[in-house]
Amino acid sequence: MALTTMIGARIHRREDPRLVSGRGRYADDFIRPQTAFMAVVRSPFAHARITSIDAAAAKAAPGVVAVYTAADFEAVVAGAMPVAPAFVAEKKQAPDRYPIAKSEACYQGEPVAVVIAETRYQAADAAALVDVEWEPLPAVMDMEKAMEPGSPAAHEGAAEGNVAWDLTYNADAEAAFAEAEVVVKQRILQQRLAPTPMEGRGVLAEWHATDRTMTMWMSSQNPHFIRLFVGGAMSIPESRFRVISPDVGGGFGSKISPYPEDYLVPGASKLLGRPIKWSETRTENLQNATHGRGQIFDVELAGNRDGTMLGLKLTQYLDCGAYVGTFSAFQACACLLPGPYNWKQVASRTVGVLTNKVPTDPYRGAGRPEATHLVERMVDLFTQEIGADPAEVRNKNFIQPDQFPFTNPFGLIYDSGNYPGTLARALEMAGYADVRREQEAARARGRYLGIGISTWIEICGFGPSAATAPATGGLALTESAHVRVFPTGSVNVYVGTHSHGQGHDTTFPQIVADTLGVPYDMVDLHHGDTAEGPAFGYGTYGSRSLAVGGLAVLKASQRVRDKAKKLAAHLFEAAEEDVVFDQGHFYVKGSPENRKAMAEIAFASYGANLPEGHELGLEAVAYFDPPNFVWPFGAHVCVVEVDPETGSVDMLKYVAVDDCGNVINPMIVEGQLHGGIAQGIAQALFEEVVYDDDGTLKTGTLLDYAMPTANEMPPLSLDSTVTPSPSNELGVKGIGEAGTIAASAAVINAITDALSPLGIKHIDMPASPDRLWKQMHEERAYSAQGATADLGGGGSEQAQPQAGGTATTPVPGGLGEGGTQEGTGGGTPPPGQAGPQQGNNQEGSR
Amino acid sequence: MKHKVSLTINGKGREDEVEARLLLVHYLRDVAGLTGTHIGCDTSQCGACTILLDGKAVKSCTLFAVQGDGHDVKTIEGMAASDGTLHPIQQAFWDEHGLQCGYCTPGFIMAAAYLLDRNPDPSDEEIRKGLEGNLCRCTGYVNIVKAVQSAAQTMGRDQARPQPAATGE
Ligand code: FES
Ligand code: FES
Repeated sequence: MALTTMIGARIHRREDPRLVSGRGRYADDFIRPQTAFMAVVRSPFAHARITSIDAAAAKAAPGVVAVYTAADFEAVVAGAMPVAPAFVAEKKQAPDRYPIAKSEACYQGEPVAVVIAETRYQAADAAALVDVEWEPLPAVMDMEKAMEPGSPAAHEGAAEGNVAWDLTYNADAEAAFAEAEVVVKQRILQQRLAPTPMEGRGVLAEWHATDRTMTMWMSSQNPHFIRLFVGGAMSIPESRFRVISPDVGGGFGSKISPYPEDYLVPGASKLLGRPIKWSETRTENLQNATHGRGQIFDVELAGNRDGTMLGLKLTQYLDCGAYVGTFSAFQACACLLPGPYNWKQVASRTVGVLTNKVPTDPYRGAGRPEATHLVERMVDLFTQEIGADPAEVRNKNFIQPDQFPFTNPFGLIYDSGNYPGTLARALEMAGYADVRREQEAARARGRYLGIGISTWIEICGFGPSAATAPATGGLALTESAHVRVFPTGSVNVYVGTHSHGQGHDTTFPQIVADTLGVPYDMVDLHHGDTAEGPAFGYGTYGSRSLAVGGLAVLKASQRVRDKAKKLAAHLFEAAEEDVVFDQGHFYVKGSPENRKAMAEIAFASYGANLPEGHELGLEAVAYFDPPNFVWPFGAHVCVVEVDPETGSVDMLKYVAVDDCGNVINPMIVEGQLHGGIAQGIAQALFEEVVYDDDGTLKTGTLLDYAMPTANEMPPLSLDSTVTPSPSNELGVKGIGEAGTIAASAAVINAITDALSPLGIKHIDMPASPDRLWKQMHEERAYSAQGATADLGGGGSEQAQPQAGGTATTPVPGGLGEGGTQEGTGGGTPPPGQAGPQQGNNQEGSR
Repeated sequence: MKHKVSLTINGKGREDEVEARLLLVHYLRDVAGLTGTHIGCDTSQCGACTILLDGKAVKSCTLFAVQGDGHDVKTIEGMAASDGTLHPIQQAFWDEHGLQCGYCTPGFIMAAAYLLDRNPDPSDEEIRKGLEGNLCRCTGYVNIVKAVQSAAQTMGRDQARPQPAATGE
């Protein structure tokens, strides 16, 4: 098999035969003999003091084995849960979070007791019998009010203003603003989102009292991390603590940080001496898994009438929730604010605020979708203000291909890029000029067509340790791999990253097969078990697996290859410099006919008569610490039509041209983009976590939290360019989050463009029919008769929904378009009202 | 009080004593040990638990095990041929990269089987509509729709021929 035939090949995934056959191994699929089941008693209040807990009735219920509260866990679990200490110097407060509330619950869903019973059903029954006496406290739900003097505290003892951090990155953009002809200002909202992997969390833990070992089966993006923190809290050394997380049904950031149950399940197992299993329900997931986004931005952009963009300044208010999440600080998106543009100055301040909601933490993109959304929105606002074309303004301000490596105003170094290249291709694919003409014609007929552009960049591939360790309290975010060649030439690879949909079982062996020159089918990947492979790994998130983990795999493979070459030289009785490695074979320069395959060398490496000083065996471990971040980029173009009567959005076209450097497997890259774009579109149009003023989660089921179905998703047209990263030997970047980072701005810019004839300049997310309808009609109220005609005359009167109430949701399809509510895009109810149509045409359902 | 249920699962008869309230999905997973049928919600939205009951797609979280009494159940484990050859829909999900984390996949495959049973040649829109009872967080549905289209073609061809076409990786 020729070298470099696997890297870049569209190989079908290895993991799929088991997954399409129902043979996956997800957390809830595991069971041990003698397992008892755990149910969690949670706070129904957003903020309340625990006066007393009476477990007598629960303990007497059928099948109940134990009821534990904070006092019981003190014997086996110690200390507070981890918080990455980014901003230590400026940090004002990060209240300690314990796996189980002692005297005060600070968000709805916080654990206060657990019930262990013989079956899941008995545990759930008895959990309802635990009698907790509560003293409700005022709930702090609104970030801005929380910061006001005199606001109630999100925690007893929280400092005035509930501010967790207040940090200025770059104070000064005054020079840029002073010389600017135009300044545009906007407040931009990022609603809270629920990551909602289709598999919730789940933990099965088994304590062996005799040999003092703990084994945990769970749904995690980074098992080594869990071992580090939970093992630490339980004083169990890593050598005796094993975390197994084989197949994981999606994470999207919500399975990175340790959760209360990750401590409580093994804690209960140690207390009880039996395996304990807990499986999260969807409501528990929506209520307790970390949320993403939840931010407010006040932004100003300064520029000149010729389209030059000079300066950007902003304040970010970030809703931390009740505790500062483990990686909460990574959502502060300042590092990415400059985007692909060449600004004179960019200034940014981030304020983290405590509220009585579940903590926020990274959700696909983590800070980067927010940064891209706000920058791309501001560019369009500026463009609209000066009456220019949004594509031209972007082109005018791009960092040009010959300017790399480029140091941005925050001192970060962009590795490589061709921003005009991806935009040109995306515009071509979208037929930009034609669509603009169509838009003109449509407007003349009272139809609202819009085109939105989002030119995005991403910082990913975390480490480098020099940058990450100070922010994480010493966690270097390096990555590890162990490559083993067996005597007959088959290969096992163990990695510290974790695949939960990204296809590493396929792509990492592609790298190994090429490097070692062994057949791809001889290489197998193992991940998700801390008992195997390298001592430590940092897991999968932040689009780091390939750019960091893939390089560790490459390095370990190269070490094995070098070792094999030494041995080959010995076997050929030649100098090492004279040995050639080609197409998986070794031979001495000039005699390619006398060659040895890697498998022959492998066999010899475990055999007799090795030269003095040659290490037996053929395996190697490598750790990789990247020298820089990697910086993928691209351009997305979206075309929509907005129905002025209903506010519903029809996505006509979605084009994405992305560049993630060299590609190992294009099929998998496309898949990542599809899913990422879907999540970005979903944020733009449907999804929003909603709490009421008292802190009760209103979107606690999939009936209320509006995850899109196939009906709501448009077809996508993708293309790519290739600008390799100079920062690593494979020339690769990352693509796991790109779609999400780019998409929301493309969609919202398109909708705003569509409605610009009505005087609408900005729209917040989700752009539900409800929100759009209201905004169009508010605008009409301001702008008198002209706009009335724009809105389709009499039809708009009919469209007035029940006035007065807050539920002013127009009924799609009910406005004289009878029967169309089943069509794609014609009938999208807003979230929080009805959710996307999740019809049940399957018999027996409901 | 326990109730006796007797049903056929993937061609094999089975009898158990179950609580009246035991959900069919928990029966399949925890009692019968067929963990390929997944659970993704509490409110019958996600379709991860979809199985075929007497040939019709149902969400097994919406039925009690006792309601399965006397019925014929097919789960994802029963889709491939006895020699391991994947069902054309399974093969198409593999070929078209119709899955990432794979958690939703068994449910989608079962729902697609019922869809194609009723409509062997569905349009893109009919596929999207037909699968709207199933949620996927990973794929954006792009390749799921493609997979169902491609399965429809393969199955259409297979109808015309006696044996299924073996398609390799
Ligand atoms: S688990 Fe049955 S529909 Fe979600
Ligand atoms: S493949 Fe992950 S939910 Fe569908």
